[in-house]
Amino acid sequence: MNNGPIIQTTNLSRSFGDILAVDRISVSINPGEVFGLLGPNGAGKTTTVRMLAALLEPTSGEAYVAGFQIGKEDQKIRRQIGYLPEAPGLYDALTAEQNLAFFGAMYGVEEISRQIKRYLELLVLWNSRHEPVATFSKGMRQKLAIARALLHEPEVLFLDEPTSGLDPQAARLVREFIAELSGEGRTIILCTHNLDEADRLCDRVAVVNGHLLALDSPKVLRRKIFGRKVVFHLLEVKADFEQVVLPFAFVSEVQVVENKILVSVEDPEKNNPAIIRALVEAGAEVQFVGELRRRLEDVYLELMKSAEGINYG
Amino acid sequence: MDRIKAIIVKEWREVFKNKFIFFTVSFLPLMITALPLGILYFATGSENFGGVTTADLPPQFSTLCGELSGGDCMLYYIVTQFLLLFMMVPVIIPMTIASYSIVGEKTTRTLEPLLVTPVSTLEILIGKGLAGIIPAVSATWIGYLLYAAGAHIMVDNPAVVGKLFDPLWMTAIFVVGPLLSIFGVSIAVMISSRVNDPRIAEQISGIFVLPIVGLFIGQTMGLILVNQQFILWMAGILVALDSILFYFAVQIFQRETILSRWK
Repeated sequence: MNNGPIIQTTNLSRSFGDILAVDRISVSINPGEVFGLLGPNGAGKTTTVRMLAALLEPTSGEAYVAGFQIGKEDQKIRRQIGYLPEAPGLYDALTAEQNLAFFGAMYGVEEISRQIKRYLELLVLWNSRHEPVATFSKGMRQKLAIARALLHEPEVLFLDEPTSGLDPQAARLVREFIAELSGEGRTIILCTHNLDEADRLCDRVAVVNGHLLALDSPKVLRRKIFGRKVVFHLLEVKADFEQVVLPFAFVSEVQVVENKILVSVEDPEKNNPAIIRALVEAGAEVQFVGELRRRLEDVYLELMKSAEGINYG
Repeated sequence: MDRIKAIIVKEWREVFKNKFIFFTVSFLPLMITALPLGILYFATGSENFGGVTTADLPPQFSTLCGELSGGDCMLYYIVTQFLLLFMMVPVIIPMTIASYSIVGEKTTRTLEPLLVTPVSTLEILIGKGLAGIIPAVSATWIGYLLYAAGAHIMVDNPAVVGKLFDPLWMTAIFVVGPLLSIFGVSIAVMISSRVNDPRIAEQISGIFVLPIVGLFIGQTMGLILVNQQFILWMAGILVALDSILFYFAVQIFQRETILSRWK
């Protein structure tokens, strides 16, 4: 049993000719973690995943997956991982069951019929098992491709854009399924452009653009980049209210928008009572207080904007 | 072994649903069997054969006839003319199947999920190769047996029909045929790695059938004699060629190359 990180990369790099696709990425992923890999098109997400899935060799640096070194113990790595590529890549002329049976044979799955039944039922495809994949909708294909990646019960699952192009219902089912898998203790590496999805599913995210721009939990990244902002809804905002809040040492910025005062503070849980007290003493009638929640998308866009200068890792 | 078997079954399930491949695999051997049988039928029914002597045949061929009469030697000559035609079946069928199988996997992007499994490159190539070779060799053998059976019915002299089972034909059908299939698959693998349309892969691969067509024409015009020595030479050259080509096919078919360079 491996007690350390299930994936460990050190200065992992990959070039294609003169193009440096992945530049010295060092990450450590814990067992059972849902880890998001975010970045624009061409940022090296798929190349990174392909290296970790033992499909591509790194140009330099090294990586270990489930305790095995990529480039040296690839066959062992392939037995430990499941992989959903960007395109599901299913055999259209074959039925759902035949597709899974084929991949079951490739992985050497022993109780293949039981595994096929299990995953087709879990993904609500059991009744379509005898139908050719050519007749499947995009959502059904994606679910079948996920079932294929899980047949051999891998420790690590790489999912490249698992909900891309799916209707909201199918996307939700896939997301719920990913959350369920995470609950089973599997490590999931999720490449996605859907930042809301990453925010909901991932324990930590790495934002990459060739190199690593930031690495942490969505919550911590939000704080690192935007700080914490509290919104005070007042019945009426008077001109001097801004001056009431600004002198506090823990307040870094104050904005007034209509009947709201937005205050950037270090620690809202600790600082809010003092601000509320000061506002009430100044004659303000406080209706609601809440923290302004930044979306992961804001974090991402901010990171991309400042990609040249700041490293939030 | 289980993986190779699974690949073969998967390939057959896929490719034989393609009408073009199904037509090629079934119609080509039928045509190549029916054509010589038809010619043999008309030749045996012809009254002109009575006056034929071995002097009417290409001199190098008449030496193969042994004790056969002029007319029978002519029949044997006709029968043997089609030997090289049979040699086209084991090349064309695996080329067609392998081209569609490999280029098809590229265009439908099914190779990546396959390559991420623990299957080895050699297992993939052997599986895909055998998926082309088995139907090709089977079709050749069945076609040959039908031809032999037809000849047995149409030709009175058992000595002429017996020539269809001499070492020349046996080596050609049971040794050179499979070697030609390996040749066809190796060529198709190499060409398929560079193109994105199975029809283009098949057309380019088709160029490699031309030497056999050339031999057939040369034999028909009396320029070359397909005898036991010739077939043994052909087998020897094919063993060497197949080894070299299969080596290169394996070199080209590398996981890394397929994902990063195959366009």
